[in-house]
Amino acid sequence: MDLRYSDRKLIIGGGFILVGLIFIIRLFFLQVMDDSYKLSAENNVLRHMTEYPARGLVYDRKGKLLVYNEAYYDLMVIPKQVQDLDTLDFCNTLGITVEDFKQRMQKIKDYSKHKPSVFEKQLSSEFYAMLQEKLHHYKGFFTQTRTLRKYPSRVAAHLLGYVGEVDDRITKDNVYYKSGDYIGVSGIEKHYEEYLRGQKGDKVMMVDVYNRPKGSFKDGEYDKLPVSGLDLISTIDGDLQAYAEKLMQNKIGSVVAIEPSTGEILVLATSPTYDPNLLVGRVRSENYSLMSKDEFKPLFNRALMAQYPPGSTFKLVNNLIGQQEKVVFPQTTYGCRMGYSAGPIHVGCHQHPSPLNLMQSVQHSCNAYYCNVYRNILDSKKSVREGYDVWRKHVLSFGFGKKFNTDLPSELKGLIPTGDYYDKIYGKSRWKSLTVVSLSIGQGELGTTPLQLANLVATLANRGFYYPPHLVKQIGAKKIENEFTTRNYTTIDSQYFQIVIDGMEQVVEAGTAARSKLKGIPYCGKTGTAQNPHGEDHSVFVCFAPKENPKIALAVFVENSGKGGTYAAPIASLLIEKYLTDSLRRPLVEEFILNANLMPKPVEKPLKKEPLTD
Amino acid sequence: MVSIYLVMIFLGWISIYAAVYNEEHKSILDISENYGKQLIWIGTSIFIATIILLIDGKFYTVFSYPIYGIMILTLILVLVFGREVSGSKSWFEIGSNFRIQPAEFGKFATALVVAKYLSTLNIKFEDMKTKLVTGIFIAAPALLILLQNDTGSALVYGAFLFVLYREGLSGNFLMAGVAVVIVFIVTLLFDPKTMMWIVGIIASLIFIAGKRNWKNALLIGGTAVAFSGMSYSVGYVVDNVLEIHQKTRINVMLGKEDDPKGVGYNVNQSKIAIGSGGFSGKGFLNGTQTKYKFVPEQSTDFIFCTVGEEWGFLGSFVVIVLFLVLLVRIIFVAERQKSTFTRIYGYGVAAILFFHFAVNVAMTIGLAPVIGIPLPFFSYGGSSLWAFTILLFVFIKLDAYRMQLLR
Repeated sequence: MDLRYSDRKLIIGGGFILVGLIFIIRLFFLQVMDDSYKLSAENNVLRHMTEYPARGLVYDRKGKLLVYNEAYYDLMVIPKQVQDLDTLDFCNTLGITVEDFKQRMQKIKDYSKHKPSVFEKQLSSEFYAMLQEKLHHYKGFFTQTRTLRKYPSRVAAHLLGYVGEVDDRITKDNVYYKSGDYIGVSGIEKHYEEYLRGQKGDKVMMVDVYNRPKGSFKDGEYDKLPVSGLDLISTIDGDLQAYAEKLMQNKIGSVVAIEPSTGEILVLATSPTYDPNLLVGRVRSENYSLMSKDEFKPLFNRALMAQYPPGSTFKLVNNLIGQQEKVVFPQTTYGCRMGYSAGPIHVGCHQHPSPLNLMQSVQHSCNAYYCNVYRNILDSKKSVREGYDVWRKHVLSFGFGKKFNTDLPSELKGLIPTGDYYDKIYGKSRWKSLTVVSLSIGQGELGTTPLQLANLVATLANRGFYYPPHLVKQIGAKKIENEFTTRNYTTIDSQYFQIVIDGMEQVVEAGTAARSKLKGIPYCGKTGTAQNPHGEDHSVFVCFAPKENPKIALAVFVENSGKGGTYAAPIASLLIEKYLTDSLRRPLVEEFILNANLMPKPVEKPLKKEPLTD
Repeated sequence: MVSIYLVMIFLGWISIYAAVYNEEHKSILDISENYGKQLIWIGTSIFIATIILLIDGKFYTVFSYPIYGIMILTLILVLVFGREVSGSKSWFEIGSNFRIQPAEFGKFATALVVAKYLSTLNIKFEDMKTKLVTGIFIAAPALLILLQNDTGSALVYGAFLFVLYREGLSGNFLMAGVAVVIVFIVTLLFDPKTMMWIVGIIASLIFIAGKRNWKNALLIGGTAVAFSGMSYSVGYVVDNVLEIHQKTRINVMLGKEDDPKGVGYNVNQSKIAIGSGGFSGKGFLNGTQTKYKFVPEQSTDFIFCTVGEEWGFLGSFVVIVLFLVLLVRIIFVAERQKSTFTRIYGYGVAAILFFHFAVNVAMTIGLAPVIGIPLPFFSYGGSSLWAFTILLFVFIKLDAYRMQLLR
């Protein structure tokens, strides 16, 4: 036997074992030391599917649904999976051109070839049913169910707001939002976004190499169920809101109603308005741009953003400040001969009995009386400036000149000029109480919003305090308890209010709003005229009702309609009637208001100005 | 050896079942699925093994040449009448469900004929003529298989280098073979210039360390020049001789091309599957990567992934040890033979099994380019299972006659 090479068996056998050892070492590193392959394996096989929660609903204060969700379908595409697509057929089905298709696909591919993107948004249920039959021809396309907001009563568009798709800016700042998600853009939808949106769910699915779902991962151990958004109960009275919007048809202006005992806003109507359903889904951007070009600005929320001089309604404030500063007393009388004259200044007034005491000054809205009161306030201190600052501080305590900063969409703060402002115009110590005397009757450099005036009457109804006006009273099962439910006191002592309230009652009983008297409901009001340099003056009426234990405080603005008693007061009285008795017993008044068309005619500059009162 | 064989085919079948597993399949005996078919192949293999054990051992020595002849003829026939499957024309189709791959049996025939030829009286391996004839015996089937466009199976014939080495072929051939592979790979990783520096430095070191005479200088210098020349020609070979898919496979293996969705996909997914198995694996039928078909060819060439993923490091370790035990056992048994024929044949068996095992596993764990050859006894496939069964059991039968001198 040939034994020459027999020790080569060791070399060969050793070689075999060496290779085996190399394999074992390699496997040890691959399997035991290196975790990255486990991760890759998960990435291979696991898909995280976002499950969208239902957005919270919004109810009115009586439980009536204001906003709900309706299902619709997004057509999604994963470009990498698209193959053998009959582009022409596909385009015909969707009703788009081939160029359009190519453009969209390019854009989507630029974003990602592997991630799903929205190809066509918000298909209706009918279209979805039709598409469903053809979808298996379009590899790489699939549908995803989403929801759209619906507004069954078609009211309160501005305060409810709308939802829209997030933009890059939002997705960059906030990891919660992914491209294609929706977010509240305005109104309640924006302010309460965190509560309404709920929490997105995450379903972990296993997929095979063709991306076909193969069931949930570990029986859903790592799944996160979507958490539905919380429902909101709004302070709005849906019926009253609808009625207010109806009364305001063909008029420009706004209505704000507040429950004085809580600060809850019952009505926040602006006119012209729009059907909130118009700013939903595919038609949104088109409608939005149409409306933003409308000369009557339906998107503009006049109740919160229109700043008018408050007119005679401001006399109520000056009355109270005068009493608080002890420059005027219930028995103080001033005479008036068609106005107030001092030096070169003349403030006109209208025909009324003279002289008047403090209560009567409210009833008859005497300009001369308030010129006197106002000058007394300013001149009672060492300097006019000091007097003015004291006066201004009182005014601000009513909520004027600042925002309430509650849950209201983009309110404006109005304008109560500072002493510095007048110092700048006239020079330090170069202005007197007479210089700014127009502030006494709510004219001049004043800006107030309808909301602020409504809050003023709510404060009067409460005799000295207000709750910040707000729109939502309950989130989910939890009643709101925060700064909304904290009293804000004015700087006026409560004993001074009675005489003003009595005067306001007389306004309705036998004053400028006598035509809007309600049988069996004694209430308190004040008319006003907001000066309008561009045309007919704006009509204002503020009131609260009933006089004892008030349930509702209202501010009504009707632009270009002249005196407050003509249109604004009847509208307020109709709303009071409806809110307190749930019935309407004055069909003639209602008819008169509904038929009134006060939309401005082509601009005509008036030649002559009426005296600045009513 | 028989028990290792049985354990291996059982593990193989389980892995195939796991690889193809799908909740929807009704029966584990369903012959429309790979694991059902494999059961048939296993049954027939055991039948074949029994027949082999019943036939007189002399049959194989006597009929070595005829068997080899028939084999060569079959390989030629398949070139003419064969059916092309994924680019290789190496299959005979029987019915519509079953196919036979003659190349698998070629290895057996070649092992037989090499053993027969070298064990013939008066044949000395040292003779140039003997070496040439042996070379032709080995090269002929390899070339025919290359013509079928089945590079992987043809490369297997390189395994006979081990056999010849045992029988007296200079170790330099084996060294040269290994060196060529190393130079080839290193050159592809770097460039020929760097390679020349490396070769030059190594050569100088060897010269300084060894006897410093003219003969050595000439020898080492010559080898260095040859290697440098080769490294220059590597670029040429890769660019012009290899086909594109072979070229990319090599580049991917070397990490020069990153293409996780293309050619590298196989290797990448295979590594992910094995790597995700961890120490003890995910458990039988719980391998997500193999079950959801992320690994291509998982019941055939990439069956090792299923083992790695579902049984983890422990399972892979056991399989590798099983192979090593089998290989060492074969060498041990071969060495105890009185018969030169049986010894040479035994080395043939060991070499072929080793080559398949080494290249297949190396490929699944990313140590070698993707060469489509099966893992013996594990991979799905009737031809390969039959062929390996025949290969092994003929050796077992021959061992039974070890006290007799078979020529």
